[in-house]
This record gives sequence, C-alpha cells and structure tokens, in this order.
Amino acid sequence: MIAADPVAALAARHRWRWPEALPWLAAVAAFFLFPGYLALGAQILASILYGLSIDLVLGYGGIVTLGQAAFFGTGAYTAGLLAAHGMGAPEPGLIAAGLAAAALGALSGLAVLRLSGLAQLMATLMVAAMLQSAADKASAITGGADGLQNMAVGKVLGLFAFGLYGRTAYLYALAVLFLCFLGMRALVHSPFGRSLVGMRENAARMTALGAPVFARRLIAYTIAAGMAGISGALYAQSTGFVAPDSLGFDRSGNILVMLLLGGIGRLYGAFIGVPLFMVAQDRLSDLDPAYWYFWIGLGLVLMVRFARGGILGLAARIRRE
Amino acid sequence: MHQALSAAISIGFFGLAYAMVLYLISVGLSVTLGLMGVVNLAHGAFAMFGGYAVTELMARAGLPFWAALIAGVVLVAAGGAVLERVLYRRLYGGDELDQVLLTIGLVFMSLAAARFGFGTLDQVFHPPPALAGTITIAGRSFPTYRSFLILSGAALVALLWLGLDRTRFGAMLRAAVDNPRMAEAVGIDTGRLFAVSFALGSGLAALGGGLGAEILPISPAYPVQYLVDFLTVVAVGGAGSIRGPFLAALLLGISQTAFLYFWPASGSFFIDALTLGLLMWRPRGLVPAA
Amino acid sequence: MTPALETIGLTRAFGAVTVADGIDFRLAPGARHALIGPNGAGKTSFVNLVTGALAPSAGRVLLDGADVTRLAPAARARRGIVRSFQITSLFRNLTVLENVTLAVTERHGAGGGMIRPAGKRRALIEEAWAGLEQLGLADEAARPVRTLAYGRQRLVELAVALALRPRVLLLDEPAAGVPAEEAGRIVAAVEGLPAELAVLIIEHDLELVFRLARRITVLVAGRVLMEGSPAEVAEDPRVREVYLGGRRA
Ligand SMILES: Nc1ncnc2c1ncn2[C@@H]1O[C@H](COP(=O)(O)OP(=O)(O)O)[C@@H](O)[C@H]1O
Ligand SMILES: [Mg+2]
Repeated sequence: MIAADPVAALAARHRWRWPEALPWLAAVAAFFLFPGYLALGAQILASILYGLSIDLVLGYGGIVTLGQAAFFGTGAYTAGLLAAHGMGAPEPGLIAAGLAAAALGALSGLAVLRLSGLAQLMATLMVAAMLQSAADKASAITGGADGLQNMAVGKVLGLFAFGLYGRTAYLYALAVLFLCFLGMRALVHSPFGRSLVGMRENAARMTALGAPVFARRLIAYTIAAGMAGISGALYAQSTGFVAPDSLGFDRSGNILVMLLLGGIGRLYGAFIGVPLFMVAQDRLSDLDPAYWYFWIGLGLVLMVRFARGGILGLAARIRRE
Repeated sequence: MHQALSAAISIGFFGLAYAMVLYLISVGLSVTLGLMGVVNLAHGAFAMFGGYAVTELMARAGLPFWAALIAGVVLVAAGGAVLERVLYRRLYGGDELDQVLLTIGLVFMSLAAARFGFGTLDQVFHPPPALAGTITIAGRSFPTYRSFLILSGAALVALLWLGLDRTRFGAMLRAAVDNPRMAEAVGIDTGRLFAVSFALGSGLAALGGGLGAEILPISPAYPVQYLVDFLTVVAVGGAGSIRGPFLAALLLGISQTAFLYFWPASGSFFIDALTLGLLMWRPRGLVPAA
Repeated sequence: MTPALETIGLTRAFGAVTVADGIDFRLAPGARHALIGPNGAGKTSFVNLVTGALAPSAGRVLLDGADVTRLAPAARARRGIVRSFQITSLFRNLTVLENVTLAVTERHGAGGGMIRPAGKRRALIEEAWAGLEQLGLADEAARPVRTLAYGRQRLVELAVALALRPRVLLLDEPAAGVPAEEAGRIVAAVEGLPAELAVLIIEHDLELVFRLARRITVLVAGRVLMEGSPAEVAEDPRVREVYLGGRRA
C-alpha cells in the first residue's frame, strides 16, 4: 500500500482548502486599499466571472470557442435594454440576462456542438459575429454603433446606488462573482463535472461508458453561456453603457488569453490571469499607451516556451519538483 | 434587365479580384493547419508585413512596384522560415491551446511593431503607373489594377497548382498531408518539408498582402481585422486542401461583394450566416483534405 | 434460447474495402466465444458495428432479441454492450482510480448529477477500488494512467470494461503485446467472469484462444469463414490455409 489512501484522497477532493480563501481576502483587501480603482476593480471581478465561463466551456468541456462574447454581449444588452425601458432594478436584470444568454447558448449549442476542431471554432465565431452585426444594424433598439445610451440602472437591493467611485459596483460584482463561483465549484466537483473532464480527455471512451456526451456538453455550454451573460450584465449595469463591441471578437479573444495566462481547467486560472492582464493593461497603457500589446504578446510567447499550462500550471510543476 | 446584368458584371469583377487576394493569403494557412496541425492565428501578420514592405519600399526607397513586391515576398518568407525554426516547430502536433496562445502573442507583437514602425494610419497604396486608371472592355470601364489582380491571381494559382502537381516537392507535400507517418516511413524529410512549406505559405501571404493592399488596406489592425476572413476561407474550403480554399475564396469573395452591393448595411450578417450554414453542411470543408 | 447478442446480415464497406459482408453471428448467454482472423479481416470493425461506433449500411444488431440497431452507442452501452479497445483508450491524464470510478458512476446512472460532490458518493469509489484490487492494480490507483507501463494500461482497460458490469462483453485483443505477468492476470480475470455473462474475445494468440474459448468464429475479409468448436476449427483445412498458414508465413 502507498502512504495516502487513494480512495480517501478522491473522496476528499471537493473539500475546501485554505488557499482557496486567498482570492476573496485579496478582493476584500483591495476594496479598502485601492479606493480610487474600484471601477476598474468591478470590471475585473465581472471579467473573472466571464473567465470562469470560458474555463467551464474550454477548460472542463474541451469545447474550443472564439465566440463566448455572443453570450457576454447578449447579457449586456438584455440588462441594458431592461434598464433603458424603465426596468432598471439590477438583480432581476442580472437574472434575465443570464437566462437570455443561456437560452441562446442552448440554441446555438445545438449547432456548434455537432462540429469539432476548426469548424467548431469558426462556428462559435460566426454566431458572435452575426449577433454583432445585428446589434449594429438594429439601431432603433440598440442605439447601433453608438451604443445604448439611456440606461437608468436602479439601486442594488433598492438601497445602494451605482456611484461615481464604483463602491457599489465593486461590492455588487464581488457578491455576484462569489455566488456564481460557488455554483461553478460545486459543478466541477460533481459527477457531471468529472464526466466533462472525461469527455475532454477522451470522448469516445465516455460514450463507450454509456455517457450521453452531446447532451452533457450542451448543458455545460448552456450554463457557461448563462455565466457569461451575467458577467455582461454586470458590465452593463456598472458602466451604464453597452455597445456592439461587447459582442466582438476582441471580447472573445482577450478573455481566452487571460484564462490561458492563469491556467486552464483549474478553476482558479481566471482569478490569476484576469487581474494580471487587466492591471497590466491599465498600467502599461498608462506608461506606454501604444505598445503595451508588444509586451503582453512577448509574455505569451515566452510563456508557451517556458511556462506551459499558465501560471497555475507552472506553480503545480514547481510544487511537484 | 440591363441593370441586373450590369450589377452582375460588377459583382463578378470585384468579387473575383477580392477572391484572388483572399486565396493567395489563405492557402498557406490551410497548409500549416492540414500539414503541421497548427492553428496559426498570426498568419495575417505575414500578409500585413508583405503589404508594409511593398508600400514602404515604394514610398521610401523609391523601388518600382515589382521590385518592392518581390523584395517583400522574399523578406517575409525568410522571416517565416526563421519563426518556423525558432517557434512554430515546437507546436507541431502539440496542444491546440499552446498554439492559440503563442500565435495570439505573435499577433499582439506584430501589431505593436507595425504601429511603432509605420503609425496607425492605413498605408497609401498607388498602383504603378502602367496599372493605374481604367481600361474599357466591351464598352464598360474597369479599374486596370483590379483587372491585373484577377489575371495575375489566376496565373499565380495556376502556377501554384501546376507546381504542386508536377514537382517532387508537391508530391511530398500531398503525401505528407494524406498520411504523415507513411510519408516519414518512406523517407520524406518532414522537418525540411515543413520548413519549406511554411516559408512558401508566408511568402504567398506576403504576396497577397502586397498585391491586395488596395482591397484590404494595410494598417496595424490588419492581422486581427481580416483573420476571420482568412480562417473562414480555410474552414469552408477544407483545412489542408489546396484547391478547396480557392473554391471557398471565390464563394466568399463574390457573395461578400454581392451582399454588400445589395444590402450594404446588413451584408455581413448574411455572410456570417452563410458561412455557418456551409460549416454545418460540410464540417470538413468543401474539399476535405485526405 | 434467445442469443445474448445476434447480428443479421451486418454489412459495411470503406470505399472498396468491405469490412463486414453480411455477417450473421450469434453469441449465446454465458458464451466464451473467440473471433479470430488475419489482420485487416474486419474484427475490430465488427466490434464497432455492434457497439454502434460504426453505422452499418445493412443488417441488424439484436441484444437479447431486441433490435438495437438504431440505438446510439451510449444507449447500447447502458444496455450492457461493453467493449475494450484494441488501441488502449483511457483518460490518460486521470488516475487509474478515477478512470474506473468514471465507469462505475456511469453504470449507476449517476454521471449527470450536478450538485452533490462526486467525492460524497463514496460507495462508487469503493466499488472502483475493489475492481482495481481484483486485477492487482491497487498499488497504482493514484497514478495518472499515462505514467503506467503498457501492460498495466491494458489491465486498466479491462478494469474499466468490467466496471460497467456488462451483459455482453467484447474484448478486442486484450492481451496482445502484453508481458506474461499482466497477460496471466487478464486471462485469469476473463476466466473468473460471471458464468452468465456472454464474452466475445478477439485474440491472435491461438494458445490463449483455445484455453479461453468454447466456440470460435473465423472471419476473413469481412465474411464468416466458419464457426465451430476449437477442435473443429483447429482441424479445418481452410482455416489452416488462411489463418494459420498466413501467420506462419
Ligand atoms: N475508419 C476506417 N476508414 C477506412 N478504412 C478502415 C477504417 N477502419 C478500418 N478500416 C479498414 O478496414 C479493414 C478492417 O480493419 P479492422 O476491422 O481493424 O481489422 P482487424 O481488427 O481484423 O485487424 C482494414 O483494411 C482497415 O484498413
Ligand atoms: Mg483489430
């Protein structure tokens, strides 16, 4: 027998470990330490949620997507349109955004998930691109390329207004992120989550085990779409603005980079990659507005050469050695 | 009736010129994907630098169009060969996500570099005097440069296909796409084959970028702006295929021109829908490789 | 008696190559049946047709007399048609225990559960563990499959299949290229299977075939050349010519 009992180890995998408290402690500390940056902070928190949705699709589901912005933008527009039409209460807006995005996820998933490889990647891209064109064109509803202007977002819990300094936005985003994270964490530790990993590793084998691969992927895709939608709604509500670029290719691509930077399929990759990328973007583009892309690009290239699996992957390797 | 005919001719003409550019740029992408299994999201950067080389060498060094074009192709092909050795080689058959990350990294670097070197504005492209102006065919006038694009594009495509059909290199390339392990077993040096194909693909992209600088204006945003078009041509045509992307380029070039002609505002929506439909219908492309 | 598994006129071609040419085949309940034939005869394709991984161009597949030809592969697996793969097909980055736990979880129909942690279904993990102990894999339970030697991986392949508690078990060359120790384990495991389970084993090692099988079907170029007891097959001149002769050459 080996030292640790493998059965006990597997049975204990879902238990909370102390380092898992760190991101939340850091987020609360940041609220007090950087009062001048809470608006940026709220966007970072919303983007972490967006990153989690990519992690579910790609890291756990193995579905290669360059079109997650379709769901982010759908959520953003849903919340935005509600707020622009006198239904500005943030919480119902958030829920409606999640549901709308999830519905779109289920619908487009029926098509996208029948494909694989490049065709799948392109199909996700096309879905987002179509929505972006539609948002651009339907200016009577969406404000077109100028964006949706006249949002009137209500108070959180009917008490806290979204102010200039982003205090409300920050705490609101943090609370929503935390709740969604609890759900996501439970999901990836559930038998469903484990079977997603099985399908990512070897879908043919999962089928031979009797698992309904397509249906489970569709469910995962739908849930992830809902999460992306909620994240888009957080953006819309905290900035009071939505434009077609919320459905754009950059929105899909950058989040992928952020997640890969942190480490994919590890649940916490987004908590590392997203703040790193967004803070670096904020700082570097202050120092050197034109060329910050060069440094982040160089960082990515070096990472593939020397730190595969992202920062968490590197950390795991160092710990093993 | 006359109007409809006139519209059809315009669409066919401009669509064809656009298709040639799309194909020249995308064919290398198809090869890297089919042969090396690498999703090269940075492929558009080769075309962009081809475009910069042509416009800058003409404007600053006073080179004639032809010389600038050839110099651009050679420079970019050489750059491609170096990158293949140093970076791409490690990605072959590897993790898709590593490929995405590394090639996006290259895209970021290239757009910052282009911005540093050439500013943010679109490059000004003047066709050489011999190709400026318009020509009149059957009582209609067509821009001379676009006519030249169609003809030279067709000639290049014919040359490429003949070359790949008739040469030893072409035979090896086809064998390796069909069955890489078999190719290796019969003594094909796949390492060299990959390097040469990659350089060739980059060179063709530079050629497309340079020739097409009038249709797809050269700016630092180029590698991102048109990436989706290039990927679409490859995915719809069939990754790894040489001829499939040509079919796809024609289809997309002409239908894009047509949609934008009739419905300038909502054309792109229908193009994307068409692409999605084609992908669903033929997931491995119109002409699947192997 | 209704066969556990029956195929009627099962047919499929890849281009010009016919891999299954009207195969009529019956696997009795409790059978220990071997499918032999030269390389490329279509044995693996037959397994693929039966499990649904490959769609036939004609013919039917019956499980306990019920037509399953139109059922999806996963549905057939849930009904008890279970296979092992000739080319090891496992979750390489997951541990041995996890590989088998995934199988056990699916068999219990618990794989879609989204709320309760997988770890809290300890009975499933214990069951997987028991399966590993049975095959002598317990020491490697916590190791990722990719780090195991080939012979050990073949054992895991078998463990995963057995964890599904099959009704019909299709083993595709389970012991080919496996060192003696693991091969012995595989044979012992097959010999120890529940008597009522119907087993079809594809195997090249004739010594092993004669030891395990009570009936043998010989497949050549997608057609059933003959079927009979081991003695009948061993004596058949056609079999000697096509199969034994071919292998000796
Ligand atoms: N997916 C496929 N596409 C084309 N040919 C195939 C495919 N699978 C198997 N074949 C061919 O079918 C024949 C039978 O293969 P297989 O069933 O694996 O034989 P066996 O298991 O008896 O060695 C072989 O000639 C093989 O090359
Ligand atoms: Mg076989």
